[in-house]
Amino acid sequence: MNKEDHAMATRREAVKNVVKGVGYFSLGGLAWGGFIKESKSVDFVLRPPGAIQEKDFVKACIKCGLCVNACPYDTLDLATIQSSTVTGTPFFKAREVPCYMCLDVPCLPPCPSGALDVNLLKNDSEEMDINKAKMGLAVINKETCVAFWGIQCDACYRACPLIDDAIIVKTKRNERTGKHAYLIPEVSADSCTGCGLCEHACITELPAIKVFPRSMVMGKEGSHYIKGWDADDEKRLNDIKKVEKYSEDNSGAIDYLNNSDDLFTDD
Amino acid sequence: MRRIVQLAIMILFVGSSIYGWKILDGNYSTADVLGVFHLSDPYSVLQILASGFIPASSVLIGAIIITLFYFVLRGRMFCSWVCPLNFITDSAEWIREKLHIQPLIKSKDVNRNMRYYVLLMGLILSAIFGFAAFDVINPISMLHRAIIFGSLSGLFVVLFIFFFDLFILKHGWCGHICPVGAFYSFVGKWGILKVFHKHENCTDCMKCKLVCPEVQVLDIIGLKTDNIKMGACTNCGACIDVCNDDALEFKITIK
Repeated sequence: MNKEDHAMATRREAVKNVVKGVGYFSLGGLAWGGFIKESKSVDFVLRPPGAIQEKDFVKACIKCGLCVNACPYDTLDLATIQSSTVTGTPFFKAREVPCYMCLDVPCLPPCPSGALDVNLLKNDSEEMDINKAKMGLAVINKETCVAFWGIQCDACYRACPLIDDAIIVKTKRNERTGKHAYLIPEVSADSCTGCGLCEHACITELPAIKVFPRSMVMGKEGSHYIKGWDADDEKRLNDIKKVEKYSEDNSGAIDYLNNSDDLFTDD
Repeated sequence: MRRIVQLAIMILFVGSSIYGWKILDGNYSTADVLGVFHLSDPYSVLQILASGFIPASSVLIGAIIITLFYFVLRGRMFCSWVCPLNFITDSAEWIREKLHIQPLIKSKDVNRNMRYYVLLMGLILSAIFGFAAFDVINPISMLHRAIIFGSLSGLFVVLFIFFFDLFILKHGWCGHICPVGAFYSFVGKWGILKVFHKHENCTDCMKCKLVCPEVQVLDIIGLKTDNIKMGACTNCGACIDVCNDDALEFKITIK
């Protein structure tokens, strides 16, 4: 092999190595990426009080477990690789251990990363208020809730820390017996904190009332619906910029009809 | 000595979880020290930044403290003095030596620079998927969770690494793959605490090269008197312990 051939060979060798390296790199990346995608295909989980939007939460959380350590009820847990959410992030299962709504919210201040935000729990007087938490929203499955059958059960209503606010019981005549009343629980999305005490208390084999992340169950009406009977909501009309769709001046149109000059050519 | 440091840090973490001690609360990603300030894993914070979120200042400052600390001292001292996974990989090493197990792949056949690509890839994937990519599979925090919460799946990952190091690739995880170690190699290149080699005392017995988890850093053994300069050196001190000729020692130096 002469010198030039040798140079060619090493050059070829080098190119081969680079290609090989790139190959390994992308192979590893694809495998790793695939795994990540799998781990991100989140079922759903409930986050500690004050958690920011889920999308940002999984970015921000540094998985230190300080909130878990701070929780006196062992409600919170860090996700393992088997959990249905990003490994290492804190979550709780309401049916097992719900959030007991500590008044001093011990899990929140230790958070160093900004994944839990004190400002989300501030009430009007700028104090931290656990009742402002929006961890989730309780949803009732009326087919399996025995109260809807006419059997008296108010376990969820009694368990609710915001009784008569987040859960109310409505009465309705039971036409089947003709002499009893249905005592029907109803959740108010405005007040429900998603603590899960209702789900924990529910007497059915699988809970008939379950807490889901709010983004999963909340609808959105869109800004173009205004409650005309609500003075506050009606005020939104004032902020709307009037769209000048039709010009007040219609002389142009009239001129166009009356002015027939254009129809005739000079010749 | 480094075992004591390692154990102490782990005990403090476990104590904080189970007994509510407040000396060192949290885990290897971020810890709250005496409730005064935080320490954060800079690679975790880099991933968070790559995913497009600016974390709160306590975490940022914590990461800067740690980075400066290891910059001044020697980056990979984290690996041999703090990291809990080091127990696992060192015991794999120990068992392999005792039983004379030949791993499937020879250490020198796999490029040790792989970890830098893993590090880079972790950041790229964090940016693509919008959350910290390596933290999802980080066996360091998994081991920690396995100890505290007894999570089995985390233990499996750690066991996998144990057997990987034992049978498949010598120094496989710490020496070739781990991006956290890779990060600290970068940072700690200029650290002041280094192993110093006295060429005139060396008898070329090469015992140090047999025990060293990062053999490539001992390139000057028997050649010249100098510091072990490469950032990959973990300052574990194994070479110093094994040297009978007084040719190796720790030295504080800026060179």
